Amino acid sequence: MKKKMAIWLGVFFLLGGFTGNVYSAEKVLKMSTTTSTQSSGLLDVLLPEFAKDTGIQVKVIAKGTGAAIRDGEDGNVDVIFVHAKSREDKFVADGFGTKRYPVMHNDFVIIGPAADPAAIKGISDGAQAFKKIAAAEVPFISRGDDSGTHTKEQSLWEKSGIALTTHTQKIVDKGKEKEISYKMPANSKAWYMSIGQGMGKTITFAEEKQAYTMTDRGTYIKYKYGKTPAVDLEILSEGGDALANPYGIIPVNPAKYPQIQNDLAMQFVNWIISERGQKLIGGYRLEGKQLFFPDAM
Amino acid sequence: MDLLFDSVRSALLLFMSFDAELVDIVMVSLKVSFSATLIASVLGIPGGFLVAYAVFPGKRMVLTVLNTLLALPTVVIGLLVYSFISRRGILGSFDLLYTQKAMVIGQVILIVPVIMTLTIAAISRIDKRYRLTALTLGATRYQMALVILKEARYGIFAAVIAAFGRVIAEVGISMMLGGNAKGFTRTMTTAMALEYDKGEFVLSVALGITLMTIAFVINMLFHLLQGRTGNDAL
Repeated sequence: MKKKMAIWLGVFFLLGGFTGNVYSAEKVLKMSTTTSTQSSGLLDVLLPEFAKDTGIQVKVIAKGTGAAIRDGEDGNVDVIFVHAKSREDKFVADGFGTKRYPVMHNDFVIIGPAADPAAIKGISDGAQAFKKIAAAEVPFISRGDDSGTHTKEQSLWEKSGIALTTHTQKIVDKGKEKEISYKMPANSKAWYMSIGQGMGKTITFAEEKQAYTMTDRGTYIKYKYGKTPAVDLEILSEGGDALANPYGIIPVNPAKYPQIQNDLAMQFVNWIISERGQKLIGGYRLEGKQLFFPDAM
Repeated sequence: MDLLFDSVRSALLLFMSFDAELVDIVMVSLKVSFSATLIASVLGIPGGFLVAYAVFPGKRMVLTVLNTLLALPTVVIGLLVYSFISRRGILGSFDLLYTQKAMVIGQVILIVPVIMTLTIAAISRIDKRYRLTALTLGATRYQMALVILKEARYGIFAAVIAAFGRVIAEVGISMMLGGNAKGFTRTMTTAMALEYDKGEFVLSVALGITLMTIAFVINMLFHLLQGRTGNDAL
């Protein structure tokens, strides 16, 4: 009996070693990206084509922009593909990334119940729409996860001119005290919910509560037209400049972490900003709707 | 190592500032976990008692099923409850999803099997002679049950503590059914998961230290309580 067990264990280890070797022989690029590129379905189109062209597999880790940038700072991934331009510029300025390459843009939309209790339908200025939501005190769901969308939401609340509270948390980072903070409308406990989850989850949460939320257009279309039963929230505010949402890709600086596969990262960057990559992005349709507009052509 | 030192210091900062948000999170955690443990105890202890004492066909099967339920993943419970209480589910009109009530429902399902199996184990360990002695002394069925429960109280107490530990440390159900809404359904564990997602590892570990501290204090209280009832019995 024991002998049999030992043989089986041996077989398992051999198999494990064998498959391990096969895996490491492949070229695998590690990329941290935002939940929106993943849940909109864009990567499902891009990555297989990229693999076909170059033989490189991309291992995608989808998180909020804050966490994706953190992955880059820690050298956990070779490249980051995110959407929070000011923070991307800081990432490069701090020496964590080599350069930011603009890839594409789409826009944010404010969605809510069709009955529109805050009466924001048709207002293209996002900040103005937020002001009305706050005035009407109708339920609003916030990502609250330090993502690119959350960054944008906070900037819109600032522009709206309503009273905000800043929550500050002291932590110790590398032996030094540091503060992290975020802003939200003041006295909003009755209507503002910060849930700290990804975009898709936030949309289903908003639907469940029949609340307003802000989302990138891609994820919304995916949940509106690519899912049965479809989400019953409607786009109520769209089109203003304040709602623009540019995406950038940044290779992580190999000078910081020697294990970074900069050659693979550059192959991916050059491919995605090439005519082929950009055409695939521009041509991606979901239910007949264009989700992303190429920026590098 | 840096992470650990930073986290311990951050946890101290958290405690000292008596951060309103942290207090909120701790209160939600305690409220939900205590409610779930209480309800599950009310269901599970008599349930376990019945299964332990009743003689019925298929008893072994029931025990096997209960033991299997101990391995029920929180995600499965989350999905199951979700499908019933979401707006499109049959209980949708009660508006339960993403509330503390929803979390309690899920957690009760999670720990009723824990309390039942451990109660059964505690009662089965009681010497049969207690029962026979009680009967020969003319005890009614009800009195006999009380005698057995009294003898098994430490084991049953341990079952309740184990169940409480399971729910306060649980994250899957809280996340899926509570939705991690700040000030409403954010618990210590979902807050930790969020800080991890945000890349704020230090804060995440600091929250973990807070959770362990609170669990320790609660267990100390339980311990004192148990000690006192033990003395009363002398």
